Amino acid sequence: MDDYLEFEQPLADLDQKINQLQQQSDDSAESAEQIRELQRQLTELTRETYGSLTPWQTVQVARHKNRPHTIDYLSLVFDEFVELHGDKLFGDDRAIRVGFASLDRTKVMVLGHQKGRTFNDRTENYFGCAHPEGYRKAMAKMRMAAKYNLPVICLIDTPGAYPGIGAEERGQAQVIAENMYEMSRLETPIICIVIGEGGSGGALGIGVGDRVAVLEHAYYSVISPEGCAGILWKGAQHAEKAATALKFTSDHLLKMGIVDDVIPEPLGGAHRDHHKMAATMRSYLGKQLKDLKQQEMSTLLEGRYEKFRRIGEFVESEAVS
Amino acid sequence: MPQTQTAVSGRKKRHIPEGTWTQCPGCKARLVTKALERNQRICPECDFHLYVSAGQRIEQVLDAGTFEEWDGNLLAGDPLKFTDSRAYVDRLEAERKKTGLSDAAITGTGMIRARRVAIGITDSQFIMGSMGSVVGERLTRLVEKATEQNLPLIIVSGSGGGARMHEGIFSLMQMAKVSAALARYDQQGGLFISVLTNPTMGGVAASFASLGDVVFAEPKALIGFAGPRTIKATIRIELPEGFQTSEFLLEHGFIDRIVTREKLKAEIARTIDYCGK
Ligand SMILES: [Zn+2]
Repeated sequence: MDDYLEFEQPLADLDQKINQLQQQSDDSAESAEQIRELQRQLTELTRETYGSLTPWQTVQVARHKNRPHTIDYLSLVFDEFVELHGDKLFGDDRAIRVGFASLDRTKVMVLGHQKGRTFNDRTENYFGCAHPEGYRKAMAKMRMAAKYNLPVICLIDTPGAYPGIGAEERGQAQVIAENMYEMSRLETPIICIVIGEGGSGGALGIGVGDRVAVLEHAYYSVISPEGCAGILWKGAQHAEKAATALKFTSDHLLKMGIVDDVIPEPLGGAHRDHHKMAATMRSYLGKQLKDLKQQEMSTLLEGRYEKFRRIGEFVESEAVS
Repeated sequence: MPQTQTAVSGRKKRHIPEGTWTQCPGCKARLVTKALERNQRICPECDFHLYVSAGQRIEQVLDAGTFEEWDGNLLAGDPLKFTDSRAYVDRLEAERKKTGLSDAAITGTGMIRARRVAIGITDSQFIMGSMGSVVGERLTRLVEKATEQNLPLIIVSGSGGGARMHEGIFSLMQMAKVSAALARYDQQGGLFISVLTNPTMGGVAASFASLGDVVFAEPKALIGFAGPRTIKATIRIELPEGFQTSEFLLEHGFIDRIVTREKLKAEIARTIDYCGK
């Protein structure tokens, strides 16, 4: 019950009512019918609520503590995951996990930001905010993947790259730039999926690929709504306004041509049914991998270049400059 | 990506020449503006390199009269219909009036001591020198033309704003777009000299500015990924003296040389010659 978000109060109330009735139920046909009716109402209300989430509500869902994280997908989507640690330069950033994995006999390299659910995990993982060594580790394993013809799958879920002294000393700007640069020409198929928060450069640092998809209730933004509100509205309390203005929800991203696909979530969000979410992702990945593996490398790289090349909205006037 | 502009926006007002006197953001000395201009806007007291416009930079770096602008006819759209305290379209108009620029980057070709180059300059006064679709497109076309015409590429960065918030995700994606173009340029053996000036932050630092084969920085420039205020708010300790300066980056191995403004042209020419371009 405590996993309901604030805006889901009507759902929580209905759920509680159903629970009470179930406990008091006298097993009569009448009370069974009453419970079924309420459950029907709950489903309907959930559908309505999640069919029209505001951008700010979407952010709450994308950050939900029970939302499946990278390691949940690693165990539910893939048949096996063999973690590979370390950037062989500085350390092993736990905010990014990477390793070999298999998916229906297809061998891949999979990686993603890992936020963590318990307090200790979250602290160890810096809440999914990676340091330069995390991005370097990811790139090193991606290079290895290309060497051994393994497709790469990137799961994006970060509020942003870590802002700290060590991160700056070790070249946070440099590694994000280099990852985009290298990923744009990496000779193996790359599929990127934003599974929760697509937080600016920290997301894009593992976000250049042949397919870029976003889960239905995830978001992908140039800046966090709080950060944007702090700068442009002079206070993080205006995050809701910024969330609306930034148009970063999946419907906008698809319409604007930023992502190729929106992957539907189970009713009431991915956090309500990890298994169902994982099954949907598994079939999406299977289909895309099959398609991408058939392409000639030159076609694949040309397509990847063009995909990012065409993004941008401007007016080209006829007048001679 | 866009940075909270504490230190930088504090300096911003003082960057604009205000009549007879200009205060140095580095040492707070009151300098005679005319003398400062004659000294390429370098503080004689502390060597701080004050803001120069994209136009002034062209004069300082290129042979006189050789600059030819490319893609100046691109103008920003308003894909998000973005409005904060004012509409983005009005903000653009005001910034154009203030700076005389159409957007935060000028690109084109010109000669550096008789060597033809492709050159791009971001101006930190146009919406904090931030990168939206026009900056991204101009730079990408610049890189593509440099690739086609086999020209050395120079990009002088000045951006406190990183990726421009007002164009949302379109701005973020420009980082990937320009970086991918640079990767192709690199594959063809191109020479990219990146020059970092005060300030180079956020999405600009985390894309083309950091991808130079050779990276120069002007002395005492603020350069980094996250803004100092964001970092302070996250880690809640005082930032070390000189944090995120050119000298800090040199010490940590991220730039090749700190180059003073009066030597920039000669240093670029020499690098082009060493690389046989
Ligand atoms: Zn001074």
